[in-house]
Amino acid sequence: MTEPSGQEWDEGGPERLYVITGGRSGSSAPTELDLVTLIVATSGPRPGMQPEQADIVRICHRPLSVAEISAHLGLPVSVVTVLLSDLLAEQRVTARPPVPPAQLPDIALIEAVINGLQKL
Amino acid sequence: MDFKSSERATGQQLAGPRSEDVLPETAAAAVKVVIVGGFGVGKTTLVGSVSEIRPLTTEETMTQAGVGVDDTAGVAGKSTTTVAMDFGRISINEKLVLYLFGTPGQERFWFLWRGLFEGALGAVVLVDTRRLEVSFDVLGRLEERGVPFVVAVNTFPDAPNYPLEELRGALDLPASVPIVECDARSRPSSRDVLMTLMRHLHSLAAPTEAP
Repeated sequence: MTEPSGQEWDEGGPERLYVITGGRSGSSAPTELDLVTLIVATSGPRPGMQPEQADIVRICHRPLSVAEISAHLGLPVSVVTVLLSDLLAEQRVTARPPVPPAQLPDIALIEAVINGLQKL
Repeated sequence: MDFKSSERATGQQLAGPRSEDVLPETAAAAVKVVIVGGFGVGKTTLVGSVSEIRPLTTEETMTQAGVGVDDTAGVAGKSTTTVAMDFGRISINEKLVLYLFGTPGQERFWFLWRGLFEGALGAVVLVDTRRLEVSFDVLGRLEERGVPFVVAVNTFPDAPNYPLEELRGALDLPASVPIVECDARSRPSSRDVLMTLMRHLHSLAAPTEAP
């Protein structure tokens, strides 16, 4: 099911997301985070951390993409991005950016992907 | 679909990825491929058949203003609607991770996930021969954006079976763009689709080399 459903999320609604991000939207986030930027926590959750941010820190003890964080937390990427910007600013997590678009298409990279797919 | 489960009671631990689904600490960078196709064409099936993790879903809300008239039936009076995108993951090696995103064909949904196509290696346009017309728009949009793509025809048992060259003509597809048949339920077949895309990208990156 990948099409608009218009059903889920009504109980939570945009208001809930507004509260989580302190009223900010993804567009105001200073850090450029891609769907596949890998996030790694620098330490475990601290007492007093916002629950959603504590969740992120906990599930990112190993590298995890922004998209996966969104899926596991059940929060839109736009909201996760805002939460991550704070965590990055506080150095609670580090970001491993994806291969930059300017470097694509890169032969060595494509060959690496081909080799990886052959092992599937 | 995961949002209801996310409304957990206070204190309850969030599951997060299963222990067998965590990436190695060495994972340094990720790349992405977008699987584009109409409703029910098998995007999630294809993603699921090659993904090392059970496909996950990320959702964004869309305000009424951004929703096209053809999709608002049944949601009249609502101010927002939810659009879901399923995705999967393949660890290429200890450093590189490939993500596969299955997205609806309508371009207006693409803007919900900023950067979905930016930095993508390329795209697979998944086609159902019973609903070929929904693919026209997608092909044009990808060309406009300069996203390299291949076309994969998902062979549904009850779908008419056309020769690929006939489909190429019907889709007005340039000779340079590969078109292949696939069975999205099959891991080897779906893997071959990704291989077709990678070989196409390889030929684009090394235009002087003979294919």
